[in-house]
Amino acid sequence: MTEPLIEVTDLSYKIEKREILSNVSFKVERGDFLSIIGPNGAGKTTLLKCLGGILKRTKGHVSIANRPAESFSHKEMARRCAYVPQSGLTAFPFTVGEFVRMGRYPHTGPFSALSAHDIEAVRKALAMTETEEFEGRYLNTLSGGERQRVWIAAAVAQESEILLLDEPSTFLDPKHQIHIMEILKTLNSKFGVTILSVTHDVNGALVAGGRAMALRDGKVAFSGGVQELLVGSVLEDIYGVAFHVLEHPHIGKRVAAHQK
Amino acid sequence: MDAFSPSLFFDRSQDLNSQILWKLRIPRVLLAFLAGAGLSVCGMTFQALFRNPLADPSTLGVSSGASVGAVLFIFTGLMSTPFGIPGISLFAFMGALGSILFVYGITRVARVEMGSTMLLAGVAVSLFFSSIIMFVQHLSDYSDSFHILHWLMGGVDTSGFTDVLTVLPFVSVGGLVVLSLNRELNLIAMGDEIALSRGVNVSRTQKKLFFATSLTVGGIVSVCGPIGFVGIMVPHICRLWIGSDHRYLTAFSLLFGGAFLVLCDLFARSVIAPAEIPVGVITALLGGPFFIWLLVFRFFEGRVA
Repeated sequence: MTEPLIEVTDLSYKIEKREILSNVSFKVERGDFLSIIGPNGAGKTTLLKCLGGILKRTKGHVSIANRPAESFSHKEMARRCAYVPQSGLTAFPFTVGEFVRMGRYPHTGPFSALSAHDIEAVRKALAMTETEEFEGRYLNTLSGGERQRVWIAAAVAQESEILLLDEPSTFLDPKHQIHIMEILKTLNSKFGVTILSVTHDVNGALVAGGRAMALRDGKVAFSGGVQELLVGSVLEDIYGVAFHVLEHPHIGKRVAAHQK
Repeated sequence: MDAFSPSLFFDRSQDLNSQILWKLRIPRVLLAFLAGAGLSVCGMTFQALFRNPLADPSTLGVSSGASVGAVLFIFTGLMSTPFGIPGISLFAFMGALGSILFVYGITRVARVEMGSTMLLAGVAVSLFFSSIIMFVQHLSDYSDSFHILHWLMGGVDTSGFTDVLTVLPFVSVGGLVVLSLNRELNLIAMGDEIALSRGVNVSRTQKKLFFATSLTVGGIVSVCGPIGFVGIMVPHICRLWIGSDHRYLTAFSLLFGGAFLVLCDLFARSVIAPAEIPVGVITALLGGPFFIWLLVFRFFEGRVA
């Protein structure tokens, strides 16, 4: 029996009087690939931000590797856990290389130059996301798919064991969606990175395998293996629309298509 | 031969040219350099903190805040020097800090990604403080009023090293704080969420930078008056030159900003010589069109530089 890497107990988050998350509890084992699904406004992004230390939870307990999250300094937390927000335009013309090198921040002190290990970590992050060729380009000149890969590379350069991703492929075309998913699967299976990914793509989650958790109205509506999503009316209960389950003719996995 | 003995400088102090050089020219160049360096690095810091290429001590109302502090000090005639710090600089520092906290507070209350809201808050603060200054001027006697008016135009005319030595600690401390936080500035410029996720203590960094910039702007404004637009022009020119990475941009903005204001001042005192234009007039004449250019470029291209 392994210790859970992330343990969340009764986590709640309120803005003014509205409760965005209420009493969310779950565990993530080291090496898990967890897809977080659910309708718009269910609190998925908020949950991710609470875990990543970007929002302060209103109540509840989060522990990472058996240590309460609040006992970590900012930099210690960043060495454990990297957050990949949805990428967008930036205010200043940083290059891809500059942005990815910033990922080394939690490993370096003020005024210190990047060490050989830092440079190697940056090179690896660029290589595994296939972004080396744009190292010198400005961020705002990248296409959506390129930009998303660069945003992932910048978090990978941080060398954290947990990666939190907010809809990494929602606005991408199928080819780029597949590319992002392959990168995440490689990180998970080859480099042992624990992945929590918020997604709207139920079939993407089904094909990726691993576990799924669904949020609805700020509460956990489902938690289990991804294929269990297809049992009975689980998906219908989450999204409020009926789904057909189909056998994918090539990959031999079952996928879901909503009716109508 | 003792070519570099101090006597070379001091024995000839009766000589008029030497007097002009040591009492007027050199202090003036040094003061212009310090003011230019300080204002540029503050502009760069505000732009990164607020992720807004149009942010600057003048557009955020920070210079006006410092001016109000200084004018109130002149008006009340409190000639105190606590801990050896000139009271006028202390008042200007408090005015600057008040403005920056107010403008930042507005953007927090409005719960928007600080963009136009922050600039509009800066405009409101500037206008409000201008009216306070006008009111104080109205109440002042003729000589105080003239003193305030001349000072408000922003200039680096000085005699002796007193002003230089007054500004030096403010700009040095402010500049060093910003230099020590240049990696944090890179990440904050990419967004608070990115910065937090990379391990930056964003709120603590913001506090340090608000303090450092207020100190710098307060020190400069209390001596030179508000010199506008330096902090908006210099960092952008530097970004075009060496890129956006604050690990290089901070030091470069300090040096280039200093040189830039020295050049502006050279122009200001030679273009209609023997009369002089306050350097603040020159920077505003250059800065206005520059600001419009940035605004248009930013709106149509969706990016800057």
